Amino acid sequence: MTYFIKKIATLIITLFLVSVLSFLAFQIIPGDVVNSILGTEATPEREQQLREELGLDKPPVQRYINWASGILHGDLGVSYRYSKNMNEMMPVTELIGDKLPVTLWLGLISIIFTVLFAIPLGVLWAGTKNRFLDGALNVLTQGSMAIPSFFLGILVTYLFGIIFKMFIPGAYVSYKKDFWAFVLYLIFPAIAIAIPKIGMTARFLRNSTLTELRADYVRTAKSKGASDKSILFKHVLRNAMLPVVTFVGMIIAEVIAGSIVVEQVFSLPGVGRLLISSISTRDFPVVQVLILYITMVVILVYFVVDVIYRELDPRIRVE
Amino acid sequence: MKKVFTTFLVTLLAMTALCGCAGGTEASSEDKTSKNATYGGTVVVGIQQDIDGLDPHKVTAAGTKEILFNIFEGLVKCDENGDLTGAVAENYTLSDDGLTYTFNLRPGVKFHNGNTVTAEDVKYSLERASGLLDGTPLVSTLSAITAVDIVDEKTVRVSVGSVNPELIYSFTTAIIPNGSGEDSNADPIGTGPFRFVSYTPQEGIVVQKNEDYYIKGVPYLDEVDFKIVTSAETALMELRSGTIQIYPYLTDSEATEIQSEMQVLAAPSAVVQALFINNDVEPLNDPKVRQAICYAINREEVSGFVAGGDATIISSAMLPTLSSYYEDLNGTYGLTGDQEKAKQLLAEAGYPDGFDLTITIPSNYEFHMETGEVVAEQLKAVGINAKIDAVEWNTWLSDVYTDRKYETTICGITGDMTPGYLLNRFVSDSPKNFINFNSPEYDSVYANVLECKSMGERGILYKELQKILVDNAGTAFLQVPALKVALANNLGGYKFYPVYVQDMSSVYYTK
Repeated sequence: MTYFIKKIATLIITLFLVSVLSFLAFQIIPGDVVNSILGTEATPEREQQLREELGLDKPPVQRYINWASGILHGDLGVSYRYSKNMNEMMPVTELIGDKLPVTLWLGLISIIFTVLFAIPLGVLWAGTKNRFLDGALNVLTQGSMAIPSFFLGILVTYLFGIIFKMFIPGAYVSYKKDFWAFVLYLIFPAIAIAIPKIGMTARFLRNSTLTELRADYVRTAKSKGASDKSILFKHVLRNAMLPVVTFVGMIIAEVIAGSIVVEQVFSLPGVGRLLISSISTRDFPVVQVLILYITMVVILVYFVVDVIYRELDPRIRVE
Repeated sequence: MKKVFTTFLVTLLAMTALCGCAGGTEASSEDKTSKNATYGGTVVVGIQQDIDGLDPHKVTAAGTKEILFNIFEGLVKCDENGDLTGAVAENYTLSDDGLTYTFNLRPGVKFHNGNTVTAEDVKYSLERASGLLDGTPLVSTLSAITAVDIVDEKTVRVSVGSVNPELIYSFTTAIIPNGSGEDSNADPIGTGPFRFVSYTPQEGIVVQKNEDYYIKGVPYLDEVDFKIVTSAETALMELRSGTIQIYPYLTDSEATEIQSEMQVLAAPSAVVQALFINNDVEPLNDPKVRQAICYAINREEVSGFVAGGDATIISSAMLPTLSSYYEDLNGTYGLTGDQEKAKQLLAEAGYPDGFDLTITIPSNYEFHMETGEVVAEQLKAVGINAKIDAVEWNTWLSDVYTDRKYETTICGITGDMTPGYLLNRFVSDSPKNFINFNSPEYDSVYANVLECKSMGERGILYKELQKILVDNAGTAFLQVPALKVALANNLGGYKFYPVYVQDMSSVYYTK
């Protein structure tokens, strides 16, 4: 029980610190939202009016307190930049709620790809005695991790979109319009996200398997007459998978929080792209909530991984 | 005299036509194919940025106004020749003293919600935009309005405080239903050829045909989707794959790349591009130094590099398309510049070895960035050690435009139909005078402009203003870039306007 209280306290303190820091960052960076909205057509009266409308005429500390108390009451505020109709601004909840499914589905599909390919690959790699295969996998996984994701995105677009014509780059279909067309379009950006993750996970699994293979219980099993295969699958893998769980958890946190670069390359209107454009337009309420969302996702996923890990490995619970 | 003027006009028109053809493109596809026009269909137009709002009186971004042009209309409207025609008003009269406009509303114009436009709606819209309603003018030029009176059902009288022959262009301000500007749930409702359907942040805006539009037979299309494309590369890819049919912002190299596959149309834009110089900082506060910069720039070379020769080279602040007001000052510093003269002026000003200069450029404008590279090299050739500082757009807005903390910058000013718009910003106390130009002579001539009651008189003074600005080397004007639009092969009817709009009402699919 104290464990949970401790975790929740950490969560709250982290969220608070993150929100203060991002608020401060916004005070420091040049350019403000009023300039951004009115552009070169600004007149002093319009500036003043807009500042009052957005509550920016108040001192920063009070603005932060107003904002934070809104959050505590479940009011995430309204965007400075995006309109809902002629006179109302878009509530942040609605804005993010609309973009979140894109990022979540993209994340889900890329995680499925990662797990589906990385685990067999890692096992195959650990089990192989073929020097050539070992070397090839070494180069391939190293390479997949080294390519910057924007380049990988362009590569996937070029290969699958332009050469094989398997999808039309940029022809994103909203999930509200046609769900299956939406999922189909997401497959290729998901591949771009998954490739480096597959490389990392497979490498990780291979290393932890090789470490386990040197453990004492493997020798014991062998001396009992168990076959290599059954040792690998019945004993070694179960132990080798443990660190991989943590690692996959980290990957999950990363993709749910938003794949900023890949969303940009594939013109996906997800939270990553929203974050970038909101920073450039100084849309503080949106940026702030997105940062809190990302922080929360990371902390919660790590927490869940922690719990699962404790369940899987009794040794940790004993400690 | 009249004859001379006509000849001049014909020559000018011929030149414009030639300019249009220079890039292997045609100025308009209309006359050739209008017989093939069909009704119906959906067109997707790629747009570069998200819109900055749906309130026609409040939006400021050119990229938003060009779309809202399809939804909203004012009492008058601009046509493709730059002339004003009646829209919600059928016609208007101006009193002899120039202080009272009487607008006769067009009978039977309907809002997209089905209601007929009334004099109350017009009164409300003008009072809201001019600030009579709550004290804050939303359209700054309309703040000249002192009263809006309803004469009868179909007639509205607008009184203004001072004579201004250019004010009529501001009556293109949108007419919206009475009270809709304060109604918290109002969808944007106008009288334009298309009605608003939906807006999704970061994805785009969808409009559909206004069946009740007062011009019969317009528009052709059933639906237009304005879709945000994140980059020029994506736009080209989407054009090729057919997910967008129109993309109006091709650069020179993109146009060359795609013109064998689809129609590429070109026309002069309404943007005046310049190396703007901060007249207030050392050593740029010395007119000789600024003149040296003007002489150092080889405009022909700049334009050839970045616009492939499709742009119109200018040396004054005015758009050549506003031909009655434009003063050709290309002779002042020469089209190709004069390096010797530049070096000599620098020496006279006490900088024989040149100096360090920063050119601050908003990095999201590829065109200005490319221009900056060429200009920097040319400045280096006369000893001015120019360095480019690429900044993000908002930083540019606050540091350069608002706070005026910069040395030089390259950007463009988008003009409108009023020649005064491009010149009033250089009056020393104008809030838009971001170059800190300070010439008592300029100020006094501009004061005279405001006294003029006719555009003819104003024209003469406007030319004088341009000359003062350029003689003092207030800024080094460069060029008016061409607008290049990619259009799917089965589309026709796309029209260019001298103002920055995307009129979709004339666009159609060919048979």
